[in-house]
Formats: sequence, C-alpha cells, structure tokens
Amino acid sequence: MQKLDPVMLAVLKGRLEQIADEMDATLFRSAFNPIIAEAHDASHGLYHAKTGETLIQGKSGLPVFVGAMSFAVKMVIDKVEVENIVLKQGDVFVFNDPYEGGTHLSDFKLVKPFFHEGEIFCFLASVGHWHDVGGNVPGNYNPVATECYQEGMLIPPVFLYKEGVLNEDIIAILQSNSRLPGSLYGDLNGQVSALDLGDRRLKDLLQEYGKEKITSALVELNQSAARLMASYISDLPNGTYSAEDWLDNDGIIDEPLKIGLDIIIADNRMTLDFSRTSAACDGPVNISRSTCIASCYVALKHIFREVPANAGVLEPIDFIIPEDSLLSVGRPKPVCGYTETILRVIDVMFQVISQVAPEMSNGCAYGTINALSMAGYRKNGVRWVMFSFFGGGHGGHPNGDGLNHGNAPISTATIPPLEILEAAYPIRFTRWALRPDSGGPGKNRGGCGAIYEIELLEEKADAFLFGERGKFGPPGVIGGESGALNKFSYPTGVNGETSPPMVSKMVGIHLEQNQRIRLETPGGGGYGDAFERDPKLVAEDVRLGYVTANSAFENYRCSVSDDGILDQQETDRLRETS
Amino acid sequence: MVSKPKRSRTVVGVDVGGTFTDVFFLNEVDGSCDVAKVPSTRSDQSVGIQEGIAQQLKKLSEVSLIIHGTTVGTNALLERKGAKTGIITTRGFRDVIEMRRRDRPETWGLWGMFEPIVSRELRVEVDERVLADGTILTQLDASDVKSAAGKLLSLGAESVCIFFINSYANDTNEKLAVKTLKEIWPNDHITSSSEILPEIREFERCSTATLNAYLQPPIGDYLERLEGGLQKGGFGGEVLIVQSNGGVMSVNMARSFPVRTALSGPAAGVIAGAYIGVSAGFPNLITCDMGGTSFDVSLVADGESALAAQTAVDFGMVVRTPMIEITTIGAGGGSIASVDRGGLLQIGPESAGSDPGPVCYGQGNDRPTVTDANVVLGRINAEKPIGGKLARLDVDAAKKAIKIHVADLLEIEIMDAAEAIIRVANAKMAGAIRLVSVERGHDPEKFVAMPFGGGGALHAGALIKDVGLSKALVPRYPGVTSALGCIIADMRFDRVHTINAVLDDLDIRKLASEIKKTAEDGQKRLVEADVTFDGVEHLIELDMLYLGQTHTVAVRLPVGLEDIKSSLNTNVIRTAFENTYEKVFGRLLHNIGIRVLNLRVTVIGRRPKFDLSILGPSGDYTIEEAKIDSREVWFEGKWRQTDVYSRLNLPKEQVVSGPALLEQPDTTIFIDPDLEGKVDQFGNLIISRKNV
Repeated sequence: MQKLDPVMLAVLKGRLEQIADEMDATLFRSAFNPIIAEAHDASHGLYHAKTGETLIQGKSGLPVFVGAMSFAVKMVIDKVEVENIVLKQGDVFVFNDPYEGGTHLSDFKLVKPFFHEGEIFCFLASVGHWHDVGGNVPGNYNPVATECYQEGMLIPPVFLYKEGVLNEDIIAILQSNSRLPGSLYGDLNGQVSALDLGDRRLKDLLQEYGKEKITSALVELNQSAARLMASYISDLPNGTYSAEDWLDNDGIIDEPLKIGLDIIIADNRMTLDFSRTSAACDGPVNISRSTCIASCYVALKHIFREVPANAGVLEPIDFIIPEDSLLSVGRPKPVCGYTETILRVIDVMFQVISQVAPEMSNGCAYGTINALSMAGYRKNGVRWVMFSFFGGGHGGHPNGDGLNHGNAPISTATIPPLEILEAAYPIRFTRWALRPDSGGPGKNRGGCGAIYEIELLEEKADAFLFGERGKFGPPGVIGGESGALNKFSYPTGVNGETSPPMVSKMVGIHLEQNQRIRLETPGGGGYGDAFERDPKLVAEDVRLGYVTANSAFENYRCSVSDDGILDQQETDRLRETS
Repeated sequence: MVSKPKRSRTVVGVDVGGTFTDVFFLNEVDGSCDVAKVPSTRSDQSVGIQEGIAQQLKKLSEVSLIIHGTTVGTNALLERKGAKTGIITTRGFRDVIEMRRRDRPETWGLWGMFEPIVSRELRVEVDERVLADGTILTQLDASDVKSAAGKLLSLGAESVCIFFINSYANDTNEKLAVKTLKEIWPNDHITSSSEILPEIREFERCSTATLNAYLQPPIGDYLERLEGGLQKGGFGGEVLIVQSNGGVMSVNMARSFPVRTALSGPAAGVIAGAYIGVSAGFPNLITCDMGGTSFDVSLVADGESALAAQTAVDFGMVVRTPMIEITTIGAGGGSIASVDRGGLLQIGPESAGSDPGPVCYGQGNDRPTVTDANVVLGRINAEKPIGGKLARLDVDAAKKAIKIHVADLLEIEIMDAAEAIIRVANAKMAGAIRLVSVERGHDPEKFVAMPFGGGGALHAGALIKDVGLSKALVPRYPGVTSALGCIIADMRFDRVHTINAVLDDLDIRKLASEIKKTAEDGQKRLVEADVTFDGVEHLIELDMLYLGQTHTVAVRLPVGLEDIKSSLNTNVIRTAFENTYEKVFGRLLHNIGIRVLNLRVTVIGRRPKFDLSILGPSGDYTIEEAKIDSREVWFEGKWRQTDVYSRLNLPKEQVVSGPALLEQPDTTIFIDPDLEGKVDQFGNLIISRKNV
C-alpha cells in the first residue's frame, strides 16, 4: 500500500469526516421525533468491511454511539458469514438488538454495505433513537422491567432493502409494534436518506481520489489514532489504580450495585478491568459488553480530547469485563436504563484517572438523566404524555468551578424550553432554579444542580421517573466532596410529601389537580480540598446563593454571614484548628 | 410610498473593524466614489470614523448620510463591557439566564465554564404569573416592581430588563412593570422581553432582552459621541446603523434595540457581496471573509442572503433576532500550523491573531501560521506588507518556524511543508464552503466564490478547484467591501410574534389585523429617519409545522398588505404551508394537524442603489503597463517565475494568465498556473479555469 503524503492525509481526513457529518445533518433535519431532531440522539459513520471497526464517525451525533456502532456493524458481518449470505449493492439491514449492537431497544440501526468495483469497500451505518418501540411504558424507560420483552420489540438484523428493493413487510411489522407508527416511519426514512447521501458522497470521493488513496488514508488515520492514544498512555506512570462507584438499585430490589474498575497502565498500553463489578441484576440497569466499551471510549474522549473518533483509539486498550457482570449481559436481561449505568462507568473512569493524572481529571458530573414523564387525559378525552430529561451540575476541574446546569456527558442534548412544555401540556412550572448547596465542596466547587417544581393543571395524571444518584452523590476528586443527592418528592395524604421507595425510580405516581412534584438534581463533585478554597470565593458563593452560610462553615471552614460578608479572622482560626 | 430625495451630496459608508476603519464615499451628484482606510481607534470608534472621512473630505457638511457598520456592540459582548444590568422576573425563574438550555461549551471535555452577564444578586423576583394560554394567574403588584427597582439601583444597576414567563402570550404584566419603572428609573435604559422578542422560548427571549439592556448604555453613549462629534464638525445629515440582518436602522432605533447590531460588521460585507454579484451577473455566490483568526462564509442564492434565526455571540450568550447566516471556522491568516502526536498536520484552532500575529511580523510569536507559509512561498510580498504598519516581513524567521514545527516533524523539506500548510488550510476552508453549499443541496457549479477582507484572495483559486465552484470573483476593493455594503443596504424592520394556534382554530381576522398593525408600525419607524427610498416592501411569514414536530418551516404568505383582510384565509395559509413543506422535505404528511407558531413581519425600505460600473478600470493602462514586477513563487513543488501586476491598473476584458500575482493596497491575489483572470466592466476580477 502506498504511503500518503501528510497533506493528502489531512485533506482526505477532512473530506471523510465531512461525509459522516453530512449524514448526521441529513437525519437531524428530516427526523420527525424531537429526540433525534432536537437532542441529536443519533449517529453515522463508515465502518471497516471485514471487522466492522469504526473508520470515520460524524462529530455531531450522540457521543456514546461513537464506540457502539462498530459492534452493530460487526453483528451484520457475523450474520452474513454464519448464514452464508451474499451481500449485494443496495442491501440495507435494520435492527435494534441491544446485546450485540449496543445501547437499548429504542436505538434502531441501519447498516448498508458500500460497494466499489464489485467489492465491499466498507459499511455505512445510521443509528437513531425512535420515539416509541412498544413495551410496557410509552417512550420505553420502564424502571420496573425484568426482561427485555417488557421494554419493547426486539428486532434482529433483517433485510430492509434487498438490492435496492424495499421490503414493505418489515415496515408493517415495525409500525404495528409502536404507539407512534408515523413518527417511526419518518425517522426510518430519514435514516435511509442519510445512508443514500453517504453512499453518493463516498462514491464521488472514490472517483476523485481513487481507491488506493482512500484506503491508505483510512488505514493511516487508524494508525495515527492508535499512536496518539498510545502516546497519551505512555505519559502516565505505570501501575494499577482503582476506584469504585455505585448505582442506587436496579428498580426491583433496593440494594446498591457496584461498578469496580482497576486500570493497569503498562508503558503504552492500558487495561480496564471491571472484575470487581456487581453481577447482572433483575432490573433495567444492565448493559451489554459493547455498550460498556462504548462508554469507556466516551470517558477517554472526554479526558484525551484530541483523539479522533475511530477504532484506532481503542487499539492500545484491553478490556476485562466478566461475563456474569451487569456490564456484559445478554438476552433477555432488561437494559432500557443503560444511560444510568454508562454514566456511572464514565464517573468511575474519571475517579481512577484523577489518581494517575490529577491535572487531566475533574469531579464527576451529576450522573443521571432523570427521565421524567407525566401522562393523563385532557377533559376532551385526548391522551397527553410529557417526557423529558433534566440537567444537573458538572464537576469542578483544574481550571475552575464546574458548570451549573449542564447536560449529561453521554450526550449534547438540550432541555426543551419550559414555555414550550407549558404550551403543549396541562402543567406549569412553579420553580426552574439552581439548587443551593448542590455543588460538591472543593477547592474548585462542583457546579449546581437544579430544582424543577411542576404543578398539574388538569384533574388527574400519573408521573413516572427513571433516575439515579439518590443514595450516592456524584463523587469529587483529589479531595473534593460529592455533589448533593438526587431527590424526588411527590404529594401524599393531605399536606404530606414523600419520596419513592426506590429513591429515584417509580411508575404510576397519581396526581390530582394543582398538586406539585419536585425534582432536585445533583450538582457536580468538587475538585481538590474544600479547605483550600479561597475564602473570598466562598463568601461570594454565599452572597450569590450558590452556597449557604451554614455550608460555608461546615464544608469550607469559612465564617460568612448570610448576606455573604466574610469574617477573615474567624475563618483563619477555623481553618487553623481543623 | 416614496419620500423626496434630499439635496444630493456625499453618502458615506463606514465599517469599523478590529484593525482598520474603512470608509467608502459616494458622491450622489456626479456619481464618483472614493475609499479611505485608517487605523481603528479602539477606545472610541467614532474618532477613527471622523479621521477616515477627513482623509477624503474637507468639510463634514458635504456629507448627507453616513451609514455605519459597527462592532461596538459585538466587542462589548465579547469583552463583557456592557452596563451593570438588573433583571426583574417572575418568582421561581431568576436563574433562567444562567441555566440556559442545559448545554455545555464543548462536546468533548467537561471543563466548561459560564458566567452570566447579570450576576445572581442582580436578578430580582416578583409575584406575577401568566399561563401559556395568556391567562393571568397572578396580577403584578406595581409596588413590588418599585421595591425590586430600589434594590437593583442600590446595587448600582444602570440598566434593567423585565422578563416574565409566558409574556409572549400576554404582555400585560410586563407592560405594567415598564410603566412603573419609567416613573422611578433614573434613565431610559429599560428593556422588556415582550417588546424585544414576543416569541415563545424563555431562555432565548430572556437572553436577547438582557443583552439588549446590557448594551443600551454603551451603545447609547457611543452613538451620542459619534453624533456629537460629527455635528461639531458641521455634519447636518442622518446617521444609519447596520443591523445583523443586513438592513439598516435609525440611530434612535439602534439606541432602543442595540442587540440588533450584534453582528453588524460582517452583515454589511455580505450585502455588498450580493449586490456586486448580482450586478456582475453572478446572483449565486459564496462570500469568503478571511481574517486573522477566522474564515467566515455566507451563501447568497438568487441574490438573497440566507438568514439565521439566532446566534450565540459566545457560549450561553444567545441573541435571537434574524441575522445574516455566517458560518465561521478557525482558519485565518494567523491560524497556527502544528503536527499532533499522531503525526497529523493541523491548522488551528489556535491562532496568533493579529497581535502578536504571524512569525514574520516579528512581534514575539514563534509558531508558524498560514500567513507565514504564504510569505515563504513568495505569494505575499515581504517588502510591501499590507496595512503599512510594518516596514517588511521576516521571511527567514517564518522559514525557521516552519522547519522546527512542521517540516522536521513530518520529515519533509521546508518549502514542501509551507505548501502543505496552505493546502491543508485550503482544504479546511473548502470544507466550510461545502458545508453552506453542497450540504444544503446547492450545486457548486452554479456558484462563484467571492473573497473579501485582506487574506481571502490568495486562496480563492484553490478554493474553486477544491469545491468545484465555477469561478471566483474578487471585488475591486476587497478590503473595503463592508463599507461599500453600508452604502447600498436597505432599511429594514423585523418583528416576530408567537401565535401558537392550530390552523383550523386560528382567528383569521385577528391575525390579519395583527399583521396590518405590525406592518404599519414598522413603516412608521422607517419614515422616522429622513432617508430616501425607491420603494417599500413587506414580507409576511408564518413559522409553521405539523402537530408533534419541533422544527418549523418559514412560510411566506402570498398576500399583500392592502387587501389582507379580504385575501387572508385558512386555505391560503394551508396551501402556502404545503407548498413550502413539500419543497423542503419532498413530501407532505396527511391527516396530521398544522400549527402556526410565529408571525414574522418584515418591512423593507429599498434604498437607491448606485451603478457599480463607476468602479470599472479607467482604461489608462495596457496590460503590459500594469505589469510591475516579476518574482519567484513556489507552486506544486517548484519555483516558478511569476509576473506581478498592479491590480487596479489592469484594463478590462484582458486575460491575465496564471501563474500571476496581482497586488493592490488592501490585498494580494494569486492566480494559480492552471487558472486565468479577467477584469470586468465593474472592476471585479473574475478567476476561472484555463480552457484546455
């Protein structure tokens, strides 16, 4: 194979990335459901013809898919091999199997072989989060599922197109299994358009530069990514570093679940060993092995920002994920709450890295997506379902305090405007505010979580919540403290208020008119010792209401009045004696 | 409605950039024009403006109209130098501006930070509440506003913003708050969110209104200094300010709505680009503005520039007013070339900007930039730097930097490394052009590239080849394009109002009178200023979508203002929606309801244009006489003897065959060996492929 000159390589890198980016953009524009259109819960890329490894991936899709999609493509490659299928130009597979293909049932994958000169040059793939794929709970976040069959339909890789001819039967089966068949049809079409566009653009590029050059570019980009990752690893001191973090429970049995990680650094290789992790659980916080690897990739990309989105990054990394672990389940274990578990995997990665390279780390982010829905019937009998994810604080970091009210590290989704929610559903927010004392204390404080309080305006409704971090706050690093716990309250009795038995997971909370539910989300973990925080910053935090005077005393050993006036002398005394 | 032309004298367009203030003079009596370029005066832009005008005109009284593209607003936002501002808001919602839409600055890395322009203590809550359907749940008590204002004043607030939840649906409480404030607030820096942007989406409305309040004092002061200074110099005419949407507004409007100037500067350049392109017979073009740190592209299709609904000036600083859509990537003359640990050559995102600037400036930067590569390759004349600030450029220092930071790491020769930097930078810029053209479904062969600003013309040839554009068009004065744009920009008034109703339930009569009222209000604001119009136009649009969707399409209603009450009905709206939807998405959806989200009314006062052929070459020189030099330029691996021409002396319709360098005071143009250039009757240089 010819070695490309560095210029050609950089040029082709840009052109190839642009193809994947453009596939992303095509789906975002044409998708019907807001989870893709607004929250960009989708991804596209080019994958290796033989191994399915990610060659190029779009930059605007959901971060976690960057790692997961290669497994989906590999699933198609394996099927083709086992079943002796001869792939033809114009074939497209569709499926949502979460065990081999990653993530959860809501994510439908389309995989298409790309032919050049009669051979498969690579695969093109598209994944998008569909609005409803059947199952017990609308929107598919079922916190009490014990089998995948309660979560939605499960489709193995089947031909959607054969040699360019659409199999209408498949669409009929898919539509008949969804509460929102129209939305499903729109999204599926958008994904097909994205694949078509990728096909056209790649054809043009091959014509312009020739197969040799493009192939060399893909190989060299992969090698360059591997070199880059290896070089970052070799900067880290050899040794074994460990941390663990916890999930509150699985929604079925109220027992904490451990994510234990040991990272072994040996020169320019890194092993991620998850052996100390809890076994598979009954409830829906399990994930498949492919999802686990994908989430490690997300964490690595947050830590080593310069590494590109291709499989080369994972080349210097070895994984140990025991088969009985909740991080490598198979059918029919429920997986719809995978977001919570991969957030925890990312948190534990940051905690380990903070021991190896404090300057590259940060306190953990709020660590739960808080999928909250409210549903009922309007006076005219029309059914309504409000469904949204909520935000929280990011961790303190070497450059400063954590971001207030950010989005989860696994996505770049934004929250819908409250005015849009109020216009669409019979609810009103009575509070939409930052949550004082929620940021984990630290030299650099964790960002604040939020308080959302919602009042029902119709006569009756039910509320559903799938959340986490109700028992174990987002940990700080380098001596920083944890952020506040996730807290959900709903009315009970005449004037009473209570929280769910499973802390942040519950179905069918019954609400009457003018009753309110309240979600208080975690802040981020702190970075560094809180007693080393500049007392002036603590006083400023009190003055602005991010931190209470009491917390300034308890957590920072600072004497500050309620209106934020610092008593420097008293503070010096407090800090000396502690 | 056409107003009377005034005594014709000189119309002046002024664009104040970070480095230079550019002035374009048009004498309306004899049609002659002139340009001036002076250093910008950062502390007070109005000083530079007067100096620029004085360069060509003895007396300010000769000027009838000054049209001004300003970066005062942009700079105040970026440098956080607006006024101390307070917000009075609904109880429970003072953190809206700080919570944003729950986002983060970068996809990768969790170290984002954000400091809202109004700190938490300056955000005061009062009891009041409007529901989404406009019902007032809680009446506002005026005395609460008074005490809130008292608190803000005691904290030193100079400007105030009223932002209530759902005020787009019913502005009664906000209006009462404004009325109350007017009695006690010591100045007129009062902004209300429903006045600035009566559109659903609380964060975007709050952010836009608050930034408006934040800008009122500095922009107000600036405009006062500007007008005062001009009047002292004998100026008796009118001043107009360019808005981000590419239209102009009166000084009074700019005082009330300063947030509309947030992207005033770049907008004027695109307006000029569109006009020059249409005049020269190229109504489809992509303007490319290469500055020190960034490369801005904007698409003009059929002579119309694309508008974006909103932009973020910085992370979390969202301005939602219609503005010319400009896509920016980090590839400017100052962008730094480096080789990453994986062995890949990168351009940017780090930049040396204009200070310290490229290595060859000798001001302390030692990492090679795109400009350094151009100097080493012989494309930029090291003996004649643009702008006249430096005597000469240090070629050897640039070479050394390229050797250390690129050539040695890639194990290639210095000259090859310099060329590699240019090619990778070109590829990056080509990517930005593809993003706004190919990726939006436009056929690149139908478009021409129009570089303006100082740096773009060196790269134009490579860009047309990379993207497959038909030609490049370099305007006569690329360095003063924005100032020229000021002269020809139309007066424009935009207004949006959220309707949020299902089409079948829509009160058509109410909508019609709302449209009429808004349009008449806009028209009134147009004639406030003493400005000549060739005509006035109205654009009436609805943002519409199928029930359940979140992205709207802008539907232009085919109705006139005069007979709107009789011509507007549900079917007209439905047909207009379906036509638009089918055009955008290729198909319609059946049996799904249709929602009307927003009403948009735009009133445009068409200002007289001038004939660009006055910019055409004088015809005093032959092509041989225009040739001033010959030097070696490195291209595709070897030195080539290249003729250097004085661009402004080139006669029209004569072919300049590449390789060639065309020099003029404000830019240098490189014509690749496989391209050729020709000057048209307007003085534009058209670069195209050689016929083989």
